[in-house]
Amino acid sequence: MMMGQAVYQPRRWLVGITFLVLLMLPAITFAGTPIGTLVEAFALDEMITMDPGEAFELSAAEVNANVYDLLVRFDLTDTTKVKPDLAESWTVSANGLTYTFKLRSGLKFASGNPITAEDVAWSFERVVRLDKTPAFIIEQLGLTGDNVTERAKAMGPDVFALTVDEPYSPTFVLNCLASTVASVVDKKLVLDHLKAVAPNDDYRYDNDFGNDWLKTHTAGSGPFKLREWRANEALVLDRNDQFWGEKAKLSRVIYRHMKESSTQRLALEAGDIDVARNLDPNDLDAVAKNDEISLSSAPKGTIYYLSLNQRNEKLARPEVRQAFKYLVDYDAIGTTLIRGIGEIHQTFLPKGVLGELEENPFKLDVAKAKELLDRAGLKDGLSVTMDVRSGQPVTGIAESIQQTAGEAGVKIEIIPGDDKQTLTKYRARNHDIYIGQWGQDYFDPHSNAQTFASNTDNSDDSKNQTLAWRNAWNVPELSKQTEAALLEKDTGKRAEMYRHLQKEVLDTSPFVIIFQQIEVAAVRSNVKGFELGPSFDTNYLGNVAKE
Amino acid sequence: MESPGPATPRNESRGIDASALLAFAIRFIGVAAATYLGLLAVTFFIGRVIPIDPVLAVLGDRAPASVVERTRREMGLDLPLVQQFYLYLKSVLAGDFGRSVLTTNPVMDDIRRVFPATIELATLGTLIGSVLGIPLGVLAAVKRNSIADQIVRVVGLIGYSVPIFWLGLLSLLLFYAKLQWVGFPGRIDVAYEYSFVPLTGFYLVDAAAQRQWEVFYDVLRHILLPASLLGYVSLAYVSRMTRSFVLNELTQEYIVAARAKGLSEARIIWRHALRNAAVPLVTVVALSYAGLLEGSVLTETVFSWPGIGLYITNSLQNADMNAVLGGTVVIGSVFIAINLISDLLYRLLDPRTNAQ
Repeated sequence: MMMGQAVYQPRRWLVGITFLVLLMLPAITFAGTPIGTLVEAFALDEMITMDPGEAFELSAAEVNANVYDLLVRFDLTDTTKVKPDLAESWTVSANGLTYTFKLRSGLKFASGNPITAEDVAWSFERVVRLDKTPAFIIEQLGLTGDNVTERAKAMGPDVFALTVDEPYSPTFVLNCLASTVASVVDKKLVLDHLKAVAPNDDYRYDNDFGNDWLKTHTAGSGPFKLREWRANEALVLDRNDQFWGEKAKLSRVIYRHMKESSTQRLALEAGDIDVARNLDPNDLDAVAKNDEISLSSAPKGTIYYLSLNQRNEKLARPEVRQAFKYLVDYDAIGTTLIRGIGEIHQTFLPKGVLGELEENPFKLDVAKAKELLDRAGLKDGLSVTMDVRSGQPVTGIAESIQQTAGEAGVKIEIIPGDDKQTLTKYRARNHDIYIGQWGQDYFDPHSNAQTFASNTDNSDDSKNQTLAWRNAWNVPELSKQTEAALLEKDTGKRAEMYRHLQKEVLDTSPFVIIFQQIEVAAVRSNVKGFELGPSFDTNYLGNVAKE
Repeated sequence: MESPGPATPRNESRGIDASALLAFAIRFIGVAAATYLGLLAVTFFIGRVIPIDPVLAVLGDRAPASVVERTRREMGLDLPLVQQFYLYLKSVLAGDFGRSVLTTNPVMDDIRRVFPATIELATLGTLIGSVLGIPLGVLAAVKRNSIADQIVRVVGLIGYSVPIFWLGLLSLLLFYAKLQWVGFPGRIDVAYEYSFVPLTGFYLVDAAAQRQWEVFYDVLRHILLPASLLGYVSLAYVSRMTRSFVLNELTQEYIVAARAKGLSEARIIWRHALRNAAVPLVTVVALSYAGLLEGSVLTETVFSWPGIGLYITNSLQNADMNAVLGGTVVIGSVFIAINLISDLLYRLLDPRTNAQ
């Protein structure tokens, strides 16, 4: 039988392969990103809305901080203070209830519409009446859907007055007004995009205050304006040439959604992106050695902790709560698992917040923990489960604690879960131990004090489901102290009250606070002026330039 | 002269009679409707029993209790499960798949945007896989147990067993980071992102139609690596199957007869053996294509490819059930359609199925 070579007609498919290889050959390579455009790789999958009255995600806060202006903004040289933004000055009435803001005159929104006190008042009205997730930050000043038009009111074209329900500490009120939810929205522009809705018992208004439109559009006056947001793909900002302050140096900023640390690293090294925002410790180490890349970092308001559910009778014993604080190998975690992306921090106020307390008294001490367990009547140790949100560094930390706790006879069974799954269980108070992170809601000590030290109603259908509530930690006395700090007018005394609260929580609470997050960005060296702020809503882009 | 094999590619009975076609159509529609209903019901109820609170997906962890309760009512989650399903079915039949929580867009708008990305990738991947895989399979069959066969086997086994995300990362490292042959993860370079307006969502087609050859080249540079990777995996499967089909044909009597007649070996292999092997091969390629259309989540993740696999996975992780249900229906439809097409192709290629 003939089995000649020609039989397989190799030439035909050789031609095919050659053609494919030819296609793969390089030709024009585009070195770097376009001039005047900053390209950041950022995990954007948490972003669900851009409406400042609704958004509560960190990435959205960052974008909105560059798109919207506020009455007052944090002073980055001292974040316990605020400085003028759209308001050039303000006064507080003698009874401590009315705040009167004088707006800068002649300013314009990106649309060209003038910025008036009417816009400010309407911005408050829409937030309170929409009553979405972040609305409580300004509602806690006593604003409701019924009274908001009276209490947040334009007194003239450039005078805005806000009346609060209690003589709160002015630092508290101003800090609340400096958060994203109080962004000033272009009323005239948004009114063109209202959607009618049928009022019902839950929502008594006949329109959506532009919520639907503002989910994917912006109506601000900041240095940038939103050009486009395609969920899970990209978000593009263009310079706002109407901006009243110093104009942005870049003409465009593109956030590209990229979840993988290793992909971000490759793109950064190749120069296809200018900034990588989500590198893990290994990739950070690697790019740090590259001459063309530098790192920029800042501590952020997110803390990582574990907590013991007080509904578990054994975990509720005071000695057991103490023992757990000695069962975490803080040093090892700090030098390996969170190296570069976090620093050991055991108190509930993140660094940079008024009243911060720099005290980390606990160290790994198995003998001490054993002694405490012994005193709690648990000589033979105990078995508990720990719900762990998947992903690093939390998983690594959980495993480290599992091991060190085991040395003291505490058997921990790790239950790994998807973020939302673990949270669902935690929020229903069905856990033994939970480990995860908490980001403060707004940049004021009350935010974390309230959640860690206050539990005004420990019943299952409580209206106030703080972290203390989630762990069934019933603390009427601390709750009262937290409320008292809110009304303290003297800033120094107020800070002192929070230090006291932190010491109490440090000592007696079911919370083992482990570390504070540091955000690190890897930046190509032709990018100048890239600086991360102490919170995501202070990661400003206005000063960033490219050479 | 044609060989008198039992399954010669000659089609004498092309005419499919009308009543058989009608019966086929009715049966097909019945099966499809039942499949859809089952698909929707299973996905819907799975979505409701997973231990994730859908309100949490909408609001995040930091919403106050009052907002959570109100949103639960707004989403109809306080209603009995069966009633929720009934309401959902009603709106689906009216063509409304609801909105995605994550993207805030109507689900079908999202899918219209992400599906072309996956189709483009899967099509190119399947093309690469078949164009290379079939000849390699034939080669391996004809030169059974030779060095060439061993090489094809090893190449196939690697493609089959090495995790694709690892291959993806390595190939990115080599072809993108080191050699700079291919483009950066994503579908298109930033430089073109806002000068090029895609119409159909198939970037290669769009760029060619608009005669933007520079863009076309850029898109090609981006798609080539992920498509080759998918092509490789598909090649591994297609070449193995081709080899075994062709081997099977080569042992048939009609091949012996053909050889006895003195036909050239090339003619015997390509015209006779392969043509008969092509019948089951169509199913293999179609299944592999359908598998890729489902969205290769890992490839899409590694290459930041905004396709349907990534979309559904993301939605599922966030309990964004409208998006998951919508995506499932679309993928279900693709499966049904591809099954139908391969069924029809089967009939065309194999005259015996018409004779029944």
